[in-house]
Amino acid sequence: MTIRALIVDDSSVMRKIVERSLRQAGLQLQQVFEAGNGVEALQVLAQNKVDLILSDINMPVMDGLEFVRQLQTLADARSTPVVMITTEGSESHVMQALSCGAKGYIRKPFTPDQVKEHVVPILEN
Amino acid sequence: MPLTNRPACQVREDWGPILESATREVFGMMLGSDLEPVVEPASRPGEVTAVVGLAGELCGAFIVRCTVRAALSMTSAMLGIDEEAVTDQAWDAVGEVCNMTAGNFKAKLGGIGDRCMLSVPTIVSGADYTVRSLADGSATQRDFLFRGERVSVCVEIHM
Repeated sequence: MTIRALIVDDSSVMRKIVERSLRQAGLQLQQVFEAGNGVEALQVLAQNKVDLILSDINMPVMDGLEFVRQLQTLADARSTPVVMITTEGSESHVMQALSCGAKGYIRKPFTPDQVKEHVVPILEN
Repeated sequence: MPLTNRPACQVREDWGPILESATREVFGMMLGSDLEPVVEPASRPGEVTAVVGLAGELCGAFIVRCTVRAALSMTSAMLGIDEEAVTDQAWDAVGEVCNMTAGNFKAKLGGIGDRCMLSVPTIVSGADYTVRSLADGSATQRDFLFRGERVSVCVEIHM
């Protein structure tokens, strides 16, 4: 499966780890865009189309939940699946993310197998 | 008594093993490495400190402290690159280890952890400094060796 992905995390190290995990999950990454927060992510999406977004929640400037809310207002991008990848793993956070429009939720720390398990079915749908 | 029904103002005895387990999981899953235990705390714990603030039902700080050498090794393991190729990413990597360990620790506490929020990490580096909390409180700490270098993990709860 060949995709264009947007990875949103305030940690550049974590963005690289997520990218590597996607490759280890067997995905062919045609293009990878990176953003350090929700505002930067919206700027990327204003100029580029992607097939998958992986986003942290706890970020400065604009957090992941607000980013997903704002994404729902963009006609061109709102159907793009978003998977949250975050340290916040409580049920309330998961429910909040899903109600904002996220399609999946991965809690850090994670393995490449967990990324595959959560991401591939979403892309296949 | 279940954890969630106890007062939330100080570190509990059972948090030490939880802290150890949370830390080992992060290093195992994200760095592909086992940690060796160290019984005696270091007199000079290291030159790099990452701090994640805790707010809500648990108020305090989660602190990871290590040597520069350990920071470089951790970054190398996380990114799958040679230590010689590591740049400023080292500070970011230690911050993320602190962030993930704090999140994992809080998840293992159950209900009380769910009612606690984490700040983004802050990194301090230098040769000679001490991290002190301004509030009264209690703490639990675990010391490890990662590839032969000291890594200390501490959770401090303010009363």
